[in-house]
This record gives sequence, structure tokens and C-alpha cells, in this order.
Amino acid sequence: MTTLDGAVPDPAREERRAQRLARINKAATYFDVVGLGFMVPLLRMAAGDSPRQQAAALWRTLLVPLIGIGLFIAAWAALAPQVQTSLGAIPGPAAVMEQAGVLYDDHVAERGKADAFMERQELRNQALIEQGLEERVKWRSYTGKPTYLDQILTSLVTVALGFLVATLIAVPLGIMCGLSPLVNGALNPLIQIFKPVSPLAWLPIVTMVVSALYVNASDALPKSLVISALTVTLCSLWPTLINTALGVSSIDRDLMNVGKVLQLPRLTTIRKVVLPSAMPLIFTGLRLSLGVGWMVLIAAEMLAQNPGLGKFVWDEFQNGSSDSLARIMVAVLTIGLIGFLLDRVMYALQAAFTYSTQR
Amino acid sequence: MAAAATLALGGIAQAELLLPEKDELKFGFIKLTDMAPLAIAYEKGYFEDEGLFVTLEPQANWKVLLDRVITGELDGAHMLAGQPLAATIGFGTEAHIITPFSMDLNGNGITVSNEVWEMMKPNIPKLEDGRPQHPIKADYLKPVVDQFKADGKPFKMGMVFPVSTHNYELRYWLAAGGIHPGYYSASDISGQISADALLSVTPPPQMPATLEAGTIHGYCVGEPWNQQAVFKGIGVPVITDYEIWKNNPEKVFGITAEFAEKYPNTTTALTKALIRAAIWLDENDNANRMEAVEILSRSEYVGADAEVIANSMTGTFEYEKGDKRDIPDFNVFFRYYATYPYYSDAVWYLTQMRRWGQITDTKPDEWYAEVASKVYRPDLYLKAARALVDAGQADEADFPWDTDGYREATAEFIDEVSFDGRTPNAYLSQFPIGLKSGETVSESGVTGG
Repeated sequence: MTTLDGAVPDPAREERRAQRLARINKAATYFDVVGLGFMVPLLRMAAGDSPRQQAAALWRTLLVPLIGIGLFIAAWAALAPQVQTSLGAIPGPAAVMEQAGVLYDDHVAERGKADAFMERQELRNQALIEQGLEERVKWRSYTGKPTYLDQILTSLVTVALGFLVATLIAVPLGIMCGLSPLVNGALNPLIQIFKPVSPLAWLPIVTMVVSALYVNASDALPKSLVISALTVTLCSLWPTLINTALGVSSIDRDLMNVGKVLQLPRLTTIRKVVLPSAMPLIFTGLRLSLGVGWMVLIAAEMLAQNPGLGKFVWDEFQNGSSDSLARIMVAVLTIGLIGFLLDRVMYALQAAFTYSTQR
Repeated sequence: MAAAATLALGGIAQAELLLPEKDELKFGFIKLTDMAPLAIAYEKGYFEDEGLFVTLEPQANWKVLLDRVITGELDGAHMLAGQPLAATIGFGTEAHIITPFSMDLNGNGITVSNEVWEMMKPNIPKLEDGRPQHPIKADYLKPVVDQFKADGKPFKMGMVFPVSTHNYELRYWLAAGGIHPGYYSASDISGQISADALLSVTPPPQMPATLEAGTIHGYCVGEPWNQQAVFKGIGVPVITDYEIWKNNPEKVFGITAEFAEKYPNTTTALTKALIRAAIWLDENDNANRMEAVEILSRSEYVGADAEVIANSMTGTFEYEKGDKRDIPDFNVFFRYYATYPYYSDAVWYLTQMRRWGQITDTKPDEWYAEVASKVYRPDLYLKAARALVDAGQADEADFPWDTDGYREATAEFIDEVSFDGRTPNAYLSQFPIGLKSGETVSESGVTGG
């Protein structure tokens, strides 16, 4: 590095810059994890690194993806009007954007109605108190329709619940399979048979069983939510199970032998030796499971009419209004984006919990 | 604010008289314009006036809706008139369902695909201006069905549920034109025994999509799904149910007998709210209909485009594209005592169940009367109506206080056969197509009689 005026470089400044770059390099891992890799070259440029070198990186990490998205939107905008359905032409990006706005406005309007409902309720309860009928005062939740944002939230809660249950079953079972050839031999055929079963086949069974066993449903955990969540569980536990078993069984024999020599108790072996080594593969399994779970959930909600994004899509399809297609596309994009974000969250967790370079 | 306060106090004053035992309720409905009384009672605050906190929830199809009412997931629902009757006599799912409130008159239509319409059109007599003459009888469809048969192709039509109004209306229309819609038997519940036209079940909102996909050649369904076919350009409504049977009873509001027994005040309160909604819908010569259309077009209710819903809700009906005709009574919600649960309405549905073999054996006239009085509950209705009249919210003259529950005998059917609810067996003996006294259906065909 030389300076333009040929003056002697200021060592203190050089050092500060090197420090900054080192910090950026360190941060780069985290930016990659959350999918903001393009920030690195930008920061480097800001820190005074050679713009030419960084421009190449920027081109690769930011501009190429942007061009891809741009081309997709352009092709969509150009091709959509060519397809005439009985509900009108396939909506282009502009129509979909507009419906996204409408859905948000709907949400705001519905919140306004909810406030009015609460206000009426307050008046009613106040009147009751004034008449000395305090025992009749009750607070009820709003009875209106769930908005689009409510549906997103419902779906997220459902998938989280289903995925959590799946993880709690699959990880211990996977460890057992990996450690013991006996357990593995017993479970393997079952795993092979149940793994490819579609959510749509599980749903009727789950519905009937849950209805039979879960009779007094609480408001916090309604039956429909339990049904969707369990369907998610049944479909999403396999990748975690298989990858955990694989991760555990492929641990370095030497490590296990060391454990044996030290006469570690079984649980300590699992905690100190097995889990850390198997972690990268367990996380790979979890990421796959979450992806499967999210896909399955939408299908289950559509079929069972359980609240969530899937129900939103089906209701709109049934409505058959001229805005329906655009609204369904909003939902498709939302589902995709949320699926992507969920995967990123798992990726970030994996980065935080494992030291392995292979991700 | 002050007005709201008095309103709230008004609500309290009534609640004083009639405290609902259960005030948080969930009602189901199917996306059809005749669910309007529910939407209006909610949006206009009639439920809240009665101290009821109601959540309305669209259901996937009629079976799911009925099952949910039976299991108690839903407290009540917008139902096909045949559903409480069939459930109570044990055809399909068995449960004692009752109705204190009939939801409307008319409101359905029969639509055929463009292909079938082109084949029918040459047979149909024309008006002076070249438009087809209405009502169009199934006589003009018969050559088309015969053509299908000659080509070895099945002629398939959709209806919404085995015990739906639509199933019976479609069958009535077809049979009146000499097309056999098929029998049910104890072992074969497809309803296609000796059928010329094969009828199958499709949920209402999916009708247009199913017709478009070519799975069926026509269907009978409630609004807006006939007008939707016109707007989408995929089919042509040929007849409305008003023309098949003038002012025929349609949907009912169904609850379980257990619910009505356990929560008598809630039952009266919800009936009051629904009656007020029906009054509002027909008030001042349908003056409120445009507002109702706007409410129904919201995605949480029917969700179809407002202009599609408005086509039938405002007293007109569009047959072929551009051929819009006046049918002021296409949707009746309150006039002509529309909401009163007449026993004779129930009896008509029971006769149709018998006519097509869903009721497998001949039953005496008394049996019809008995089932009708078990399911249709004018006593609950009149209690609610009395409360409304006393509170000045309804007009004394709008309710048939002294009726014995049977409408006058009428012959205003497309085939001019006369119906008297007091003599169901005599009524059934008049039809050339349909089971008669003593006949039963088995795999080998109709026997006995």
C-alpha cells in the first residue's frame, strides 16, 4: 500500500485499518449466516479496502442475485397477462403488491373494529356495575375474523409446536439408533415405511385420534391447532431422526474408545462426546425437518380447514373473486419468504452451536 | 358516545329479561348468499343486542358443517333444510337436530355447461325478441341426455349434498322433464340406480371450478355460484328454483335438540337476532340489499365480487350473458312468513327423501307429521317473535300466530302437481317418476307396489 502523496505511511493509521478489516472478516461469518453476505464487501469498501477487488465480490453477492430477481419479475409481468383464466388474467407483480397492501389495510381496519368491540364491551360492563350486577361482568375476546397477519402468526405457532414435538422425539430416538445396532435394526424398517407417507394421509387418522383423546379442548390450545401440529410432527420427524442416527453412528471410534478407557458414565459420554460430534448432522436434519414441516403445514391447513395460511389460500380459492388469484400469490410469496427465514434461523443456530466448518 | 351508551343500556334491559345461559357462540356457514341473516345479525349488532358474542366461521362442505354441529364444535349453523330432518331420522349421520328458524325462500339455480347449452338451445321456444322463453323445462334437456347416452357417455351433474335442497330440486326438475335422476337404496347410497343423469356431490364454492374442469355437465347450487358461471363465461343458468317451485323453503338454522334444551334463553336470543336480520334484509322493498351485498362480498363471508352477488340479491337474475331478467322474489328472507318453520316445508323434504329411496319404506302420513314436529320448532320461533313484538322491534302482523303449521295446498310447481303437506302419500302417488306406496329399491331395481 502506498499513499498518493508518497508520504511516509502513518503506522498508527495502518494498524487501525488492519484492525477494522480483521473485525469485518470476523463479522463476515455472521453476515453469511443471516444471508446478508453482500454487506461484507460494502463494509470493506467503507473501511478503505481496494474498491476494485471489492466490486467483484459485490457483483457476485449483491448484483447478480438482484438481476436474477429483476429478470424473474420482468418475465412474470410480461407473461402473466398472457394467461386468461375464468377469473381474469393471471395477476402481475403490481396487482400482487396492491393486494398485499389491501390485506394490510384489512388488518388495520379489523383492529379498529376490535377496538370498537372492546369499547362497547366496556360500556356494557360499566352499565352492569352501575346496576349492581357485578357478578355478570365478563371480558370476552373479539369475535371478528382473523386477518392475514393473524393467519401467519397461527401458522408459525403451529409449525413451531409441531417441530418442537418432532425434535423431542427424533433426537433421542436418533441417538439410540446411532448408538445401538439393535435399536437401529428394530426401528429402521418402520422409519423406511413411514418416512414417505404424505401429510394428507396422516391427517384423517390424526383428526380422528385427536378428536377421540383430546375431548376438553382448552382455548389456548384448540383442537385444530393440535391436529395441524401433530400432522407436522409426523411428517417432519424423519429427517432429524435419520441424520441424528447417521451423525451418532459415524463418530470417530477413537473418541468413543477414549470415553470407554476413562470409564465415563453413559449420559456423560452422550453429553460430552456424542452430541458435540453429531451436532452438525443433527442440525442438518433439523433444518430439513423444519423445511418439510412448513410445507406439510400449509397442505394440512388447506385440507382440514384449520386456521392458518393454508386456510387463507383455500378460502380465497373458494371465494373466486377477481382479486382471489392475486391474494393467493401474496400468500405463496409469504409462505416462501417465511420458509426461507425459518431456514436461516436454523442455519444461524447451527453456526452458533457447532464448531465444525462443514455446514 | 351517548347513543352507544343508551344502546348498551338497552341491551342490558333486555338481558335482564332474558339472560343467555351460554353467550359465547360459534356458528358455521357455507359461502352462499343465503347465509346473509347470519352476517347481518353480526354486522348490525343484533347478536350483541341480545347479549350474544358470536363468531362466524366458513366451513369446507356440508358434511363437515353437520358433523361439527353434532360434536358441539359449532353451536349452530346455516343448514340445508334436509340436514336436520335426515339426521333426526338417521339417514347419514344420526343426531337430533332441530330448527327454530327457516332462513329464506328460493335462491338456487340450475346451470349447464356451454356445450350442453348449445345442444339444448335449438329445442327451446323463443320469445319475439329472440331470447329463450322461460321457464325452461327439462324436456328440452332430454334430447341432449339421450344423445349422450347414444354416444355411450355418462351425463353427469353436480349437487351439494345427498339431502340438499339442490339434490331434490334438480331431481324434481329432471323428473318433470322425463329424465330419471336415479334412486337410492339401503345398500347403495350413490343415488344412481336406474339413472339417466348421474348426480354427484360437490361443495358449492367448487361448482364453477368443477364445471370448468369438465367433470360435470351441469349443477344445481345456491347463489352466487350460478351467476359466477355467467361472469366467468363457463356455463348458462337455465332455471331458478323459484320457477321450479314458487317460494320454496330453503336453508334453515340448525342446532342440536340438546343445545335448545340446555340453553333455552340462548336459543330464543339467537332466534330473535336472526329474525331481526331477516326483517332488515327485506325492509322497505329490499332497500337494504345493496348494503347487504357489500357485506357479503367481504372475504370472510361469501367473498365473491360484489357485482356477481348483486346480480341475484337485488331482484334480478342473469341467464345467458346479457339476458338479465327481473325476479323480484329470487331471494326472500322475510316476506311471505319466510322465516317461520312450517311443518309442511319439512314434510315436502321428507316426501322427496321417500320419492328417491333415501327413506326406504313406505311410511304412514302420521309419521311425516310426527318427524316434522320433532325437527321444526315453531314454538321456539314464536317465543322469539313475541319478545320482539313486545319490545317494539317487529310488527305483530308479520307473524302467522294462529297457523297449524301447514301452508295452503299449492300447485305452483313446474309440473303443476299439487302439494298438501297433510297428505304426503297421496302427493307421492301423483308422480310418473319416483317411488310409490309399497315400493322399495333393491339391487335388481324397484320392487313391490
